[in-house]
Amino acid sequence: MPLLEIHGLRKYFGSVVAADDIELAVESGEALGIIGPNGAGKTTLFNLIAGRLFPDAGTIRLDGRDITSARPHERCIAGIARSYQIPQPFETLTVFENLLVAAVHGRHKTEAGAAQLCGQVLERLGLLRRANALAGSLTLLERKRLELARALATSPRLLLLDEIAGGLTESECTELVGTIKELHASGVTIVWIEHIVHALTAAVGRLIVLNFGRKIAEGKPAAVMGSPDVRQIYIGIEA
Amino acid sequence: MAEQNKPLAGAGHYRIETGTPVSLMAAVGTLIVVALLAALPLFAGRDLLENMIFVLYMLALAQCWNLLAGYTGLVSVGQQAFVGLGGYILFALTLIAGIDPLVAIILAGAISALFALPTALIVFRLRGAYFAIGTWVVAEVYRLSFAQFRQLGGGTGTSLGPDITNAVFAIDRVKSLLDVRTPAARDIISYWAALALAVGTTLLVYLILRSRRGLALGAIRDSEEAAASVGIDNARVKLAVYVIAAAVTGMIGALIYLQKARISPDAAFSVLDWTAYVIFIVVIGGIGTIEGPILGTLIFYLMQNYLASYGAVYLILLGVLAILVMLFAPKGLWGYLSQSYGLELLPIRRRLVWKKDQ
Repeated sequence: MPLLEIHGLRKYFGSVVAADDIELAVESGEALGIIGPNGAGKTTLFNLIAGRLFPDAGTIRLDGRDITSARPHERCIAGIARSYQIPQPFETLTVFENLLVAAVHGRHKTEAGAAQLCGQVLERLGLLRRANALAGSLTLLERKRLELARALATSPRLLLLDEIAGGLTESECTELVGTIKELHASGVTIVWIEHIVHALTAAVGRLIVLNFGRKIAEGKPAAVMGSPDVRQIYIGIEA
Repeated sequence: MAEQNKPLAGAGHYRIETGTPVSLMAAVGTLIVVALLAALPLFAGRDLLENMIFVLYMLALAQCWNLLAGYTGLVSVGQQAFVGLGGYILFALTLIAGIDPLVAIILAGAISALFALPTALIVFRLRGAYFAIGTWVVAEVYRLSFAQFRQLGGGTGTSLGPDITNAVFAIDRVKSLLDVRTPAARDIISYWAALALAVGTTLLVYLILRSRRGLALGAIRDSEEAAASVGIDNARVKLAVYVIAAAVTGMIGALIYLQKARISPDAAFSVLDWTAYVIFIVVIGGIGTIEGPILGTLIFYLMQNYLASYGAVYLILLGVLAILVMLFAPKGLWGYLSQSYGLELLPIRRRLVWKKDQ
């Protein structure tokens, strides 16, 4: 059984179709990449999966359980965590408290019991020396890392990354890709939206392409990126 | 799978620390101050006691509003709804049902909590500025509704006779113990009740903030969307805070009107007295800190004591001071002090401390 199973998912904003009959299955342990032009419905798809938006039609299942009408916090507790495209840290809390609140509420841990997990995640993501600084004082790279760290503090089974490499320098991006690959190797299932295609293809085993809310291509990254349709629609190059 | 999880495992041992060296001293200091305040009726005159009752109930109101607005982001401009409600419940319970005023104060808290539930259903549909306006409108509805009760004096209000205000629990014991007359004994009991409410509210806010729910409050205030995405049931946490604040505010309102012994809808549901002044206290003292409202209440009391006779000029001064603080010390005077000197008397921050394995 796939970890995440999406069937016939539709979402309209007025007359705009943001998700058009989307079918998607993500196996446990997989790393899936999603690309598509701006406005293709990538973030909308994440919002539907994470419960920020509810679909007009279709079902979403996590581990076989129907979560289509579950509220966002219930989906987190069920095992879905996300990072936001524009980081949304809890600015008046410290970096550590950002993770602590996620571990305590997302995984029903006690504060004392969560400290070890949070410390390890911070260490892993190179944020330990900033642990007791206010999250509002972080740099962009640190904020991106905090997004990832906070999502990990909920011990997710499915991690949704929304353009986490956007705005980073080449070396920062390489470093982050390394971290994500290691996370994937440690058993976390990842779905990753990214405009920086080479970062994405370095880390994912399968790629899907969205355009106007429709899935237009799917497969191995190299094959998908080589297909004329994708080159034309996504990169704007005539085949 | 467990084998695979290894890359995440770090080498350190981590734990949480909350106390600071100053905070232990502050805790001892607080206990001493509270003990001294409790003993105040032994050597203070009635004027001072009456002033202190005012200071203490304003402090308790400020702590409640700070819990709502400063810690949870629920900027209510309608807390006078629960002050007035508490006051009117006290009058109804003592005048009509003949209940002991101190018992009525506690019941006023419970009934205010019950009223807060349907009120929350309405105002929680609104966000930000609309929430603020919505709470104000609801408070006006409360005011207009209570003006309809003939038994409670309608629009002009009513008074509590001495037969009721003097029938307070344990008043005879206080009279004989401290060798005072009935009106003084009544003030002493009101003073102790106000002290208990102020200290109790401060302690309650502190305990909430130290709990796992308290950790969620800051997250909700900073980003509701992200808070939900890490497993926080925003609606439930906000409702709990709103109901708790309403219950405590209702008890404070009951005490205020037991002390005043006269109630009218316009005074009991006054946005100026029970919300604007309270916001002033919290803003100049330091929003989002427990110490701030204490500092703010003292400043407000001193200003009112020395400047209130200037009427309009006094109100202008309050406004100017609030604006200056907002511009130059947006976290209030306590925020400024604690930032400049690293002071934290009642620590709620969780600090991560670690030691490396060799």
